[in-house]
Amino acid sequence: MLHIILVFAPLLGAIVAGLFGRVIGDRASQIVTCSLMAVSALCSVIGLFGYVGEPAFKVEVLRWIQVGGFEVDWALRVDPLSTVMMFVVSFISSFIHLYSVGYMSHDKSIPRFMSYLSLFTFAMLMLVTSDNLLQLFFGWEGVGVASYLLIGFWYTRPSANAAAIKAFVVNRVGDFALILGIAGIFLVFDSVQYDQIFAAAEGLAGTQLVVFGATYDTLTVLCFLLFIGAMGKSAQLGLHTWLPDAMEGPTPVSALIHAATMVTAGVFLVARFSPLFEYAPTALAFVTFIGASTAFFAATIGLTQFDIKRVIAYSTCSQLGYMFFAAGVGAYSAGIFHLYTHAFFKALLFLGAGSVIHAMSDEQDMRRMGGIWRKIPFTYAVMWIGTLALVGFPGFAGFFSKDAILEAAWASHNAFAGYAFWLGIAAAVMTAFYSGRLIFMTFHGKPRADEETMHHVHESPLVMTIPLGVLAVGAVFAGWLGSGMVGADGSFWAGSIFTRPGNEVLEELHHVPFLVKLAPFLAMATGLGLSWVFYVASPGLPGRVAGALRPLYLFSYNKWYFDELYDALFVRPAKALGVGFWRFGDQGIIDRFGPDGLAASTMAAARRAVRLQSGYVYHYAFAMLIGVAVLVSWYLLGAGLGR
Amino acid sequence: MSDWPLLSLVTFLPLVGAAFIFFIRGDEEVVARNSRSVALWTALVTFLLSLLVWANFDPAQGGFQLVEKAPWLEGLGVSYHMGIDGISLWFVLLSTLLTVVIIVGSWHSVNTSVKEFMIAFLIMDTLMVGVFSALDVVLFYLFFEGILIPMYLIIGIWGGPRRIYASFKFFLYTLLGSVLFLVAIIVMYREAGTTEIPGLMAHNFPPELQLWLWLAFFASFAVKVPMWPFHTWLPDAHVEAPTAGSVLLAGVLLKLGGYGFLRFSLPMLPDASAYFAPMVFTLSAVAIVYTSLVALMQSDMKKLIAYSSVAHMGIVTIGCFTPNAMGIQGSIIQMLSHGIVSSALFMVVGVIYDRIHSREIDRYGGLAERMPVYAFTFMLFMFASVGVPGTSGFVGEVLVIVGVFQVNSWVAFFAATGLILGAGYMLWLYRRVVFGALTKESLRSIKDMRTNELLAFAPLVILAIWMGVYPSFFLDPMAASVNELLAGMAAKTGGTQVALW
Repeated sequence: MLHIILVFAPLLGAIVAGLFGRVIGDRASQIVTCSLMAVSALCSVIGLFGYVGEPAFKVEVLRWIQVGGFEVDWALRVDPLSTVMMFVVSFISSFIHLYSVGYMSHDKSIPRFMSYLSLFTFAMLMLVTSDNLLQLFFGWEGVGVASYLLIGFWYTRPSANAAAIKAFVVNRVGDFALILGIAGIFLVFDSVQYDQIFAAAEGLAGTQLVVFGATYDTLTVLCFLLFIGAMGKSAQLGLHTWLPDAMEGPTPVSALIHAATMVTAGVFLVARFSPLFEYAPTALAFVTFIGASTAFFAATIGLTQFDIKRVIAYSTCSQLGYMFFAAGVGAYSAGIFHLYTHAFFKALLFLGAGSVIHAMSDEQDMRRMGGIWRKIPFTYAVMWIGTLALVGFPGFAGFFSKDAILEAAWASHNAFAGYAFWLGIAAAVMTAFYSGRLIFMTFHGKPRADEETMHHVHESPLVMTIPLGVLAVGAVFAGWLGSGMVGADGSFWAGSIFTRPGNEVLEELHHVPFLVKLAPFLAMATGLGLSWVFYVASPGLPGRVAGALRPLYLFSYNKWYFDELYDALFVRPAKALGVGFWRFGDQGIIDRFGPDGLAASTMAAARRAVRLQSGYVYHYAFAMLIGVAVLVSWYLLGAGLGR
Repeated sequence: MSDWPLLSLVTFLPLVGAAFIFFIRGDEEVVARNSRSVALWTALVTFLLSLLVWANFDPAQGGFQLVEKAPWLEGLGVSYHMGIDGISLWFVLLSTLLTVVIIVGSWHSVNTSVKEFMIAFLIMDTLMVGVFSALDVVLFYLFFEGILIPMYLIIGIWGGPRRIYASFKFFLYTLLGSVLFLVAIIVMYREAGTTEIPGLMAHNFPPELQLWLWLAFFASFAVKVPMWPFHTWLPDAHVEAPTAGSVLLAGVLLKLGGYGFLRFSLPMLPDASAYFAPMVFTLSAVAIVYTSLVALMQSDMKKLIAYSSVAHMGIVTIGCFTPNAMGIQGSIIQMLSHGIVSSALFMVVGVIYDRIHSREIDRYGGLAERMPVYAFTFMLFMFASVGVPGTSGFVGEVLVIVGVFQVNSWVAFFAATGLILGAGYMLWLYRRVVFGALTKESLRSIKDMRTNELLAFAPLVILAIWMGVYPSFFLDPMAASVNELLAGMAAKTGGTQVALW
C-alpha cells in the first residue's frame, strides 16, 4: 500500500491539475500537486528505512498484456535498488515542485506546468519500480513524453519546440535499440520478467545467438542493445545532442529531469541488469569506453560555453559518463552512489542557476553577469556548496562517490579500465575548471549587466530558497549518509545489484596506492586553481589562450560539430529521401505506370477505336465483309477439324 | 435471448433506419434535422445491440458463435450464413461505434444533402457489420464489394475539388483486386464444393493451387490494406474524401485487407502463406520506411496521416504473417488501435478544416493558444499514433515486433524503425499546427471544439487509453480463436512451424 501511494499520488496530482486546473485555479493546482508529491516523498523516506538490505518483493497492480507466452502485468518491485531510486526521485521532485511555485509564479499556465512535473515523476517512479522490461519501457517512454512536454513548455518559442522534438526523436533512437533488446530477451529467456531473466542469466553465459544475420555471444548482444537504449536516455557520446538543447525548458525542469532523475535512468538500467552485464565482458568494456569518453568529451565542451545552464548541462553529461564507466568496471554500486549524490548537488546547481537567472531578469549568458554575489548571498553560498560537491572537495557529497569511481577504475581488470581512469582524472581537472569559471564569471568581477538589470537583482523568495537549503544540506551530507552503498560486502543491496563471483572491485578499491587516492584531489585543486588564475587573477588570460589555441577553442565551442554532422548525415538525407520517394517513387513510377498509365492507355485505345467510326459507308461495308469472311472460314475450318 | 438472430439484427437495423430517412419529406431544414436524429438513434441502437453481441460472446470458445444459417441460393449451395469469432468480434463493434462517432461529429459540418449523407453512412454500417460476420464467401463478397459503392459516392459527392480523380483511382485499384478475388472464389468452390467459410477452412487445397489462389486473394487484400506499392490510391482518396469518409476509410475499410488475410489466406492457404511470407515481410518493411519518409515531407495534413496509415498497416501485415500468437494478436490489436487513432486524427484535421477550409500545414500554427482542448486531444492521439506505452498504439506494435523477432530479427528491425520515423513526422506536424506563436490573421478568432465534436472524440479518447492500459480486455476474447487458427495452420502444414528464411 505504501508503494502504491508513493507511485500513484503524483499521477493523481497530474490528472487533477491537468484536467481540472482551469476550474480549480493556479493556487489550488499548486497545493494539490505539491501536497501529493509531499505524501509520495514521505512514503519514500519511510521506504528507505524499511526496505534497504531486504530481499525483493512484488506489489501486483493490474493485468496488462497476456498473449501466448508473453505475460506482463503492471506491478511494483520493491528492493534496495528501487527503494534508493524512489527516494531520490520522490524526494528531489517534491522540493522541485515547491521551488516551481516561486519560479513559475509569473507564468500564465501554472496548472499545466505542475501537471507535467507530476506526470514526469509518476513515469519515473514506474520506471524504477518496474518488475519487468515492458513496464520499464512504459516508464522509459513516459519520462520521454514528459520531458518533451516540459522542454517545449513555452511552446511559442521556435527554439523550445525544436529542442523538444530533438529530445524525443534522439531518445527514440535509443528506444529503438531497447525494444529490440526486449524482443531479443524474450526470444532467449521466454520472459520479460526480471526474476526469470536474472535466474537464467548465468546459464546462458558463453552461449551463441543468431540475430541480424550473424552469430554473437548471447548476453553480449542483448547487453549492447540495452546499453544503446541507456545511451539515448542518459545522453552518452553519440546520442547526447539533445541534452544541451533541452535547456530550453524552464529551469526546474532542467534540475529535475535533465540532471537529477531522468537522465540517470540509463545508469539505473545497467545496474538493474547487472546480472546480465556481469556475464558479458565485451559489453562491459564498451560501457566503460563510452562512459569514459563521454566524461572527457562533455567536460571539454563545458570549458567554453557561456550559457550558465549549458555549462551545467555538459557537466551533467560528463558526470553521467562517470556513472557509466563505474558500472562498466564492475562497480555498479559506485555508479548508483554517484547517481544519488549527483542528484542532490546537480539539482542544487540548476536551481541555484535558476535563482541567478530569476535575479538577473531572465539573463542566462554569463558574459552579461558578474559582481552580484553581495546582492544574492544565499544563492551564492549554495552555489559554492554545489560546486564543491561537484568537484569532489573533501567532505562534500561528490568527494565520496567520485573517489570511489576513480579508485574502482584503477583497481578494475576491465580492458578499458586504465583508459577510464586517466580520462576520468583529466575530466576531473576540467570539471573543477569550468565549475570555478562558472562561479567566478557569474558572481565575481565587475558587473557586466546594464543598470536596469543590476538594480533589480534580488534574492529569491522563501519557496525557492527553502528547496535550495534542503538540497544544499543534501549536497554536504548525502555522501556520508550513503557510504554504505559502496560497502564491500554488498549487504546494502541484498542482491538487487549483482556482482559475479570474482568481481571484487569494491574490495580492491580500498587497496589502491596512496597516489591514486590523492589524484582526484590534485585534479580538483589544479582545476579550481587554474580557474581562479584565469577569471579572477588575470582576466585577460582566457581571451589570449582562446586566441592561441583557436582551432581547439572553436572545436570545443561548437560542441565538436556533432549537430552539423548529424544534420548532414541523417536529417537532410531523410528529408531528401522523403521527397524522392514521393515525387519519383509514388508519382513518377507507381502512378505513372499504374493507375494513370492504365487510364492513359485506355484513353489511347479509345481514341483509336473512335477513329474507326469514320462515317464513310465503304469503310463499314469493308469491315463487314472482312467479318463475314472470317466467320465463314472459322466455321468451315472448325467443322473440318471436328470430324 | 440467444435464439434471437442478433447478428442479422445488428447488420440490417441501419438499413431500416436508412429506409426510414428515405421517406422523410418536407422543408429542407426539417428534413436535415429529422435525418440527423433518425440516423443518430439508429446508429446508437445498433451500437447497443452490438454490445449485446459482445455480451453473448463466449471468449473461451475458438470457433464461430452466434451462428445464423438459412438457405439462400440453394442451387449453388450458397446459404445466408452469419457468425463471429474472436477475430471478427471487435471489428463489428468498431464499425458500429465509428458510425455513431461519425454522425455525431458531422452534426454541424455537413449541411448539403444531409439526407443522402446519412443514408449512405447507415448503408455503410450495414455493409461493414455484414462483411465481418459473413460466413459464406459469396455473402462476404457481396458485402466486401458492396462497401465500395457508398464509399465511391461519399468521395464523389461530398468530396473535395479533385474528387473525380480520387474516386476513379480508388475504384480502379480495388476493381483489379475484386476481379481476381471473384475468380479465386469460383475456383475454390469448384475445388472444395462449398462456399461456406468454415468448410473452406477445413478443406486441404493442393499446394500448387494454393499459390495461385493466394496471389489472387493477395491482389485484393493488398490493395485494401494498402501495402506498398499498391498504396497510391489512399492519399488521394483521403485528401478528397469528407472527414466522415476518411474516418470510415481509415477506421474500417483498411482493416478489410488484414481481416481478409486472417480469414482467408492464413487458414485456407497455409502453405502458400508460409511460402509468400518473406515477400509480405519485405513489402511491409519497405512500406514502413518508405511511407514514413514520404509522410515526413507532406504539406497536406490529410496526406501526411494517410501515408502514416500505410506505415502503420505495414506493422499489421507483418503481424498477420508472423506464425505465433503475439504476431497475430498484435496485428489485430494494431488494426483496432489504428481504427481508433487514425480515425481520430482525421477528425482532428476535420475540426480545423471546418473552420479554416484548408488542409495545408503552413496555414496553421499556434493553435494551442486559442484551442487548448483541441491541442490536448490532438496531442493524445499524436502520442497514440507514435506508439507511446500506455496508449493503444503501443500494444500492437510491441507484440508484433517481439513476435516477429522470434522468427526473423531483420524484419523486427525494420518494423521498429517506425518508432523513430513515426515520432519524427507526427511531432513535426503537431509542432507546425499547434505550437508556435499565433500570428496568422485568419486564426485569430478560431474557436475551440464544440460540444458535438467533444462528444464524438470522447469514446475514442477513452478507448485509446483503455486499450493501452488494460489491453487484456481486448486481447483475451481473441486468444482462443487465434490459437485455433494457429493450430489449424500447423496441422495443415504438417506440424512444422512455418519455416522462414
